[in-house]
Amino acid sequence: MASYNTNEFRSGLRLLLDGDPYVIVENEFVKPGKGQAFNRVRVRNLKTNRVIEKTFKSGESVEAADVFEQEMQYLYNDGEFWHFMVQDTFEQHAADATAVGDAAQWLKEEDVCTMRLWNGNPLSIDPPNFVELTITDTDPGVRGDTSGGGTKPATLETGAVVKVPLFVDQGEVIRVDTRTGEYVSRVKE
Amino acid sequence: MTSAAASWAPTAPLAARRLRATVYAEIRAFFAEREVLEVETPILSRAGNTDPAIESFVTQDAGGPWFLRTSPEFPMKRLLVADGIAVYELGRVFRRGEAGRWHNPEFTMLEWYRPGFDDAALLDETIALAHRVAAGPGMMVPSVTRLSCDELFEGALGLADGCDASTATLNDALRSRGWYDETLDRRNAFDLLLAFAVRERSAPDELLSLHGFPPELAALARIEGGRARRFEVYAGGQELANGYDELTDAGELAARFAAENERRRRARQRQLPRDEHLLAAQAVGLPASAGVALGVDRLLAWIGGSRSLADVINFPGGRA
Repeated sequence: MASYNTNEFRSGLRLLLDGDPYVIVENEFVKPGKGQAFNRVRVRNLKTNRVIEKTFKSGESVEAADVFEQEMQYLYNDGEFWHFMVQDTFEQHAADATAVGDAAQWLKEEDVCTMRLWNGNPLSIDPPNFVELTITDTDPGVRGDTSGGGTKPATLETGAVVKVPLFVDQGEVIRVDTRTGEYVSRVKE
Repeated sequence: MTSAAASWAPTAPLAARRLRATVYAEIRAFFAEREVLEVETPILSRAGNTDPAIESFVTQDAGGPWFLRTSPEFPMKRLLVADGIAVYELGRVFRRGEAGRWHNPEFTMLEWYRPGFDDAALLDETIALAHRVAAGPGMMVPSVTRLSCDELFEGALGLADGCDASTATLNDALRSRGWYDETLDRRNAFDLLLAFAVRERSAPDELLSLHGFPPELAALARIEGGRARRFEVYAGGQELANGYDELTDAGELAARFAAENERRRRARQRQLPRDEHLLAAQAVGLPASAGVALGVDRLLAWIGGSRSLADVINFPGGRA
């Protein structure tokens, strides 16, 4: 099993703690001066996203979590699992609702996402930073009013609801930033 | 912070270099007014620091190993024996394996010795110095909280008589708060719990001082009434200074060196040659005195509101 010594600790490193995969958010070398040195780290659980604090004796080794990221194309949802495929090997992975989480509202078939795998199993999905989705429901647009500051809710083909400017209409395709959930622009077909 | 991406560039901004120059001038003025003499002592020594918690850098020539000083304490005490007057040194010290946000393997230490002072009087002077340099660049005079270790443990953790607590009690206190799961020996359990308690108790712009330590943490401080006469000063939760009411007894000093080397042996650390010059000087007679060492880089970081030593040290760690 791969492991990391505390002197290799830095943010981004993946550790296996109490059987769960974690990523180091912050690492601090702590040496009160009268004794043993410690590394105090803030780590985020890659399954639950909960951030906790852990303290290790400096020089200790901690098991690495076998976590890696891979780009995959989203294929379809069968009602229980979301199916993805590695485009050059055609290898397929099925992710459940826990792994897909909030990403589900942005997933459009054939979009390329980043899947995080732990021991070969889907851990989480990052949707593309920008997605182009069709508006399936919103109040009628106010023609010509392209300068007004007002917004209205719009439901997208994937089920996500975003705030859009008043002039945008049902049936139009819009670009959304999935990191903030914000409308970016209309997409001309 | 300028934080230039290029690795040749300093990590600290020009403002930090100016602040350092100003603070050095303030420190020298502070001691000149109080008639404390600036001295210089060797950086390379044939003798080592036996403290098991501190690792020395070692270099070599035909005559054997040289140890880079981890503090100027030993030669400064020889000057105390020779002259009997107050002295200070502002210089670089070196500690192996200490690197991080608040540690750098080489750092600037201000150390001074006051014949005729006890630990309480020297703590007052340390706080006066911190106030003097902090007040310069237009900071509010920081408030000071003075606590004994027992009071800190009681107030921050609800743990009575922390200095006398059993190893199991200290480990339980760490475990129940989720701070540390495994079992430490008494010394390390106390030390780690103290570090967490200080963090609980500290405000960013506040000074906190601690006194009354357990006797096994005396290092080279006198032990009296079951407590080591040492003090520590924390600024914004980071340890800034560490002072002793100095142990003067030469026989007791030799015994503590031997005990430290024995702890090194058990931990499979290198045995270090004890400082025979210091032992000889203390046999002549170290005047009753108190001494303190203060981390200047951390002091600068605190005054400047920095989040890391890299904001005050031009070329830290990998850029040196």
